[in-house]
Amino acid sequence: MEWITKNLPYLMAGISVGGQYALIAIGYTMVYGILRLINFAHGDIFMVAGLIMVYAVTVMPMPLALLLVVVATVALGFLVERAAYKPLRSAPRMSVMISAIGVSYLLQNLALYITGGLSQQYPAIPWLSDTVTILGATTKRVTLVTPVLTIILVVVLGLLIKYTKVGMAMRAASRDFETSQLMGIKINSVISMTFVIGSFLAAVGSMLYFTNYTGVTPTAGAMPGLKAFVAAVFGGIGSIPGAVIGAFIIGICENIIKGVGWTTFSDAFTFALLIVILIAKPTGLFGEKAIDKV
Amino acid sequence: MKKQTKIIWNVGLIAALLLLLFILEQVVPSSSMLFMVLKKGAIYALVAVSMNLLNGFTGLFSLGQAGFMLLGAYTYAILTIPVESRASVYQYFDGGIVQFAIPVPLALIAGGVVAAVFAFLIGLPVLRLKSDYLAIATLGFAEIIRAVFQWDKLGPLTNGSNLLRNFPTFQSVLYPFIVAGICIGLIVLLINSTYGRAFKAIRDDEIAAEAMGINLAHHKQLAFVISSFFAGVSGGLLAMYQTTIQASMFKSAMTYEILLIVVIGGIGSVTGSCIGSFLFIACSEWWLRFLDNSNLYIGDFHLSFMRPGFRKVVFSVIIMAIVLFYRKGLMGDREFSIEGARRFFQKHFKKKQAVEGGSSHE
Repeated sequence: MEWITKNLPYLMAGISVGGQYALIAIGYTMVYGILRLINFAHGDIFMVAGLIMVYAVTVMPMPLALLLVVVATVALGFLVERAAYKPLRSAPRMSVMISAIGVSYLLQNLALYITGGLSQQYPAIPWLSDTVTILGATTKRVTLVTPVLTIILVVVLGLLIKYTKVGMAMRAASRDFETSQLMGIKINSVISMTFVIGSFLAAVGSMLYFTNYTGVTPTAGAMPGLKAFVAAVFGGIGSIPGAVIGAFIIGICENIIKGVGWTTFSDAFTFALLIVILIAKPTGLFGEKAIDKV
Repeated sequence: MKKQTKIIWNVGLIAALLLLLFILEQVVPSSSMLFMVLKKGAIYALVAVSMNLLNGFTGLFSLGQAGFMLLGAYTYAILTIPVESRASVYQYFDGGIVQFAIPVPLALIAGGVVAAVFAFLIGLPVLRLKSDYLAIATLGFAEIIRAVFQWDKLGPLTNGSNLLRNFPTFQSVLYPFIVAGICIGLIVLLINSTYGRAFKAIRDDEIAAEAMGINLAHHKQLAFVISSFFAGVSGGLLAMYQTTIQASMFKSAMTYEILLIVVIGGIGSVTGSCIGSFLFIACSEWWLRFLDNSNLYIGDFHLSFMRPGFRKVVFSVIIMAIVLFYRKGLMGDREFSIEGARRFFQKHFKKKQAVEGGSSHE
């Protein structure tokens, strides 16, 4: 019993962080599935969502602010794709990746300019940030809500992809980009839809993630972003269930390592895991094997 | 132009450049931003060229440059802090375990060698990966190295997450220019050798290169190790320039900056990377600085959007414009040369003459 009360907080924090990573990781994995692009700016979109929340609550009531965060983040994701990735559709993949790094640089500097470089206090979202006690461990309610909400959202997304027309188009585009275009799929709207979904989930993820932390800084998105990407690779890039499972595993492992007292290495562990998985099984847990034709 | 005259021209140009720097140093007050830009620019030029060797010439998209710079910088600092000041630098670790100091040039080379050894070990598993997987794996390695160097248990060697300081630095702007110049010269020699041609073949088509008898694994490993060696040397120079170092400086953002320099200069152009580096540093640190001034007025109108940080926003917008619209960068994959410059001016000059000639007939 004592062991449980001692370690339960870490486990719970792990599951919670894992859920938040999962929401970001889906954005990475869907974009990669279709465009074969590591969207380096996704972590920063997540950070911007946090900042919008900070500024929105100062001028409007909470429910409206939550809505605005989602709408504005989705708009940002859509805009980034249209402005920075669409013009490079026929360019080599490396150019698009560099463009993504450029967008990330721009968003971080913009955030730096607006915040003045200071950490901005994230508002307490009522109900979510209330403290609750489970088995003698105190935590915020968001810890319990996150995994449930994540799984609900993932199931909805799964249904969307499986049964709607847009979902079918997405699957087709990720299977074969060019052929799907020949089959009359409007590839640009499919890609936009992908970014909209990814940004929506990142916005929800940012509300859950930053509730657990004290503030938002311009570089707050970089680390969670990279970790979520590792989660996506771990689960097999392009696969949504893979990304979710990978994110939970990384979140839990990371917090257990923190619990053991190796906090310095909690970030390093994630990358070590990435390298091991890339070498042992480059396609990840659920990825499909790509065939190279000469 | 004959080969010999070309060499004479190039040597003359380099000598003229060094002389110009020397004169500048005597004339311009040393507090000028110009020297800061020149010093940092030279160091970044070296690391950008080393990254270009991988990304532009061998086609390996690696994002580990900051990690190798960290290795070089730390090796340099650890080996050169004078014995008498070690007690104060390593105050939390009883003066550290390294109780000797070696001369500066040796320490710079040692920094490169340490980075190269790590690159060799990292390269063994990682270089089997392709394009963006390689990028993310090397990025991951840089992060791991950073975490390890901040580890308390390694404190006697690395001073944990505390600053390393008191190591020898340089005063003259000529120093980084000469060191970086020699290193870049070596890289150029490598690129023009048979190895360099093999690298380019790998970049253009791996399968065809392999079919032509190029050992892929061997050549990729070689490019990776050499690039890391020079990244390590530039890390040592950066330590000298900044006078203090800390592992937390070498974030992935640093690698991104270097990558952007390479892109601005042109992927696959050594001179492009050098020019790009000076432009990048000058723009981000110097030329756009007036944008940070919050007391600017046009007539009575207060330009309130100008405040610290605005410079960086403008700068990143410029970079995005380059990435989107001038995808080839300044130089593309061409090189700057005397002959090229002469031909360029000749062409434009002749055109002008022709136009003038045409108008005089009327």
